[in-house]
Amino acid sequence: MTTGRERGDEPTYRLRLYVNAGTPTSAHAIVATRRFLELHLQGRHELEILNIADHVAQATADQVIASPTLIRLGPLPIRRFIGTMADEERLRRTLLLEAVE
Amino acid sequence: MTNSNERLPEGTGALPKAPTGIPGLDEITGGGLPRGRPTLVCGGAGCGKTLLAAEFLLRGARDLGEPGVILSFEEGADELADNLRSMGFDLRGLEAEGKVVVDSVRLARAEVESVGEWDLEGLFIRLGHAVDRIGAKRVMLDTPEALFAALPDEVTLRAELARLFQWLRDRGLTTVITAERGTQSLTRHGLEEYVADCVVLLDHRIVDQVSTRRLRVVKYRGSAHGTNEYPFLITPRGLSVMPITSLRLDHEAPAERVSMGVPDLDGMLGGRGVFRGSSVLVSGSPGTGKSSIAASFVAAACARGERALMFSYEESRAQLVRNMASVGIDLARWIEAGLLEIVAARPTVFGLEQHLVSIHDRVLEFSPDVVVIDPINNLTLGEHDTSLKPTLMRLFDFLKQRRVTGLYTSLASDHRSATNEQDVQVSSLMDTWLLLGNRELNGERTRTLQIIKSRGMKHSNQVREFVLDDHGLTLVDVYMAGNDVLTGAARVAQQSREGAVPERRT
Repeated sequence: MTTGRERGDEPTYRLRLYVNAGTPTSAHAIVATRRFLELHLQGRHELEILNIADHVAQATADQVIASPTLIRLGPLPIRRFIGTMADEERLRRTLLLEAVE
Repeated sequence: MTNSNERLPEGTGALPKAPTGIPGLDEITGGGLPRGRPTLVCGGAGCGKTLLAAEFLLRGARDLGEPGVILSFEEGADELADNLRSMGFDLRGLEAEGKVVVDSVRLARAEVESVGEWDLEGLFIRLGHAVDRIGAKRVMLDTPEALFAALPDEVTLRAELARLFQWLRDRGLTTVITAERGTQSLTRHGLEEYVADCVVLLDHRIVDQVSTRRLRVVKYRGSAHGTNEYPFLITPRGLSVMPITSLRLDHEAPAERVSMGVPDLDGMLGGRGVFRGSSVLVSGSPGTGKSSIAASFVAAACARGERALMFSYEESRAQLVRNMASVGIDLARWIEAGLLEIVAARPTVFGLEQHLVSIHDRVLEFSPDVVVIDPINNLTLGEHDTSLKPTLMRLFDFLKQRRVTGLYTSLASDHRSATNEQDVQVSSLMDTWLLLGNRELNGERTRTLQIIKSRGMKHSNQVREFVLDDHGLTLVDVYMAGNDVLTGAARVAQQSREGAVPERRT
């Protein structure tokens, strides 16, 4: 990564994954997300998984309309990733490398 | 409910409708929008589509016991609340009462990255939750087109939109969807593909510097509907659509007569005045006393306890009241009593159709028994405007249906010619035509009045001298000397020459 940060100063990623529990895409998304995070952000991430139907007010506040939706709350800027998280390459480029903080 | 001027055939009962509550629109659609189905409202920017959709929803929630959900993709809830407040709707209040839910969906394209297959189940869940929470019967989507900009995959989006409209139908929700007018298709993103049941097109154009708004029902599957363009206004009470294009002439013909307020004039009109619900044209060159006759007519109505509405396009209310007071007609008294309302405006404020809607609106609100428009002929700026007659036709039909007696003044432009071409055209719509003139004789000008026509009654054919002084209006008896009719100073001189009682002819 070419962020010019000093070693030991790497930020923790705060992530929230909204799914429609019980559907195949949900299951894929959860598995793929966990795998991705273990691989690239080992020990540097906090992942919250929410079922949209159980957290409607929260989903509304987070402007979630697609399912599944992964939101990077930190580091900024806030980004949204919609889909099963199957496109790992794109996820890597955008989730990891486009952090500004 | 207003008297419907345009009685469209009711559905066979197979297609239930959801009333909009918007004046005029229910008439045009034969009862409202298709219940349980989606209606598309499209038009250019600023045409009023959000307001129309919102009014449908809010009237349903506030007045008709049908709670509604607003899914707003463009404006935030606060913006929407502010805009609707200016039309007299309290969005926040209705939310607090649990009659309306506003869900604002804001998504910026730059924020969203697609990394696999997705669907819009999040939206469905939010919408379903809101609908269930208040038992909503109506839904407004303003406008799903915003999703085309926000989401990266159009194929998936279209599939989900189709699913959404089916979802809404399955739940029997009457939905209004707004969309922007497209160049190659009806809407920019072709939403009309998914909304096949009812399509309303709004148009807003500037003609001769004046803004004109029109509405047209392009499609209404399973229902007869008015297919013309109807002018409408956005008023402080919401939208108001003018539904009239009826040429059916099926209104009643009351036999009751109404006084003009000048006993001698009533005398010329078969002894009793004009028919209730009729239209009276008072035309003449400047200074002939048209407004005085109009004011006298109004004062007589109010004295009978009836309500009068005057549209004054030349003088301000205060000026009119003052001027009429100088000829002994007290309008201020009736204004204070709440029986008379004078609406004064420059005719150039609106286009002709907007005038029509504005008059229509006021009449609905005030419920007058008589209406005066003084004058009617400067409502259009163009001299050769051909739309005055059809517009007046609509207006008169509307008033006749309500048994409102109307008096309209018309100014002849040249002080020598008593009538102008427009008068002649418009006169076919009038039941009674009073022509005021000026007669120059021996260096003196006197006012004259004659009845050109008055349908359905015997009327005098004489040209009478007409006097305006601080006691009011009077028609002087015809004074004969030999075969000549004498007026003004000549009359007075002849009268004094002859001494006693002059020969009378009425």
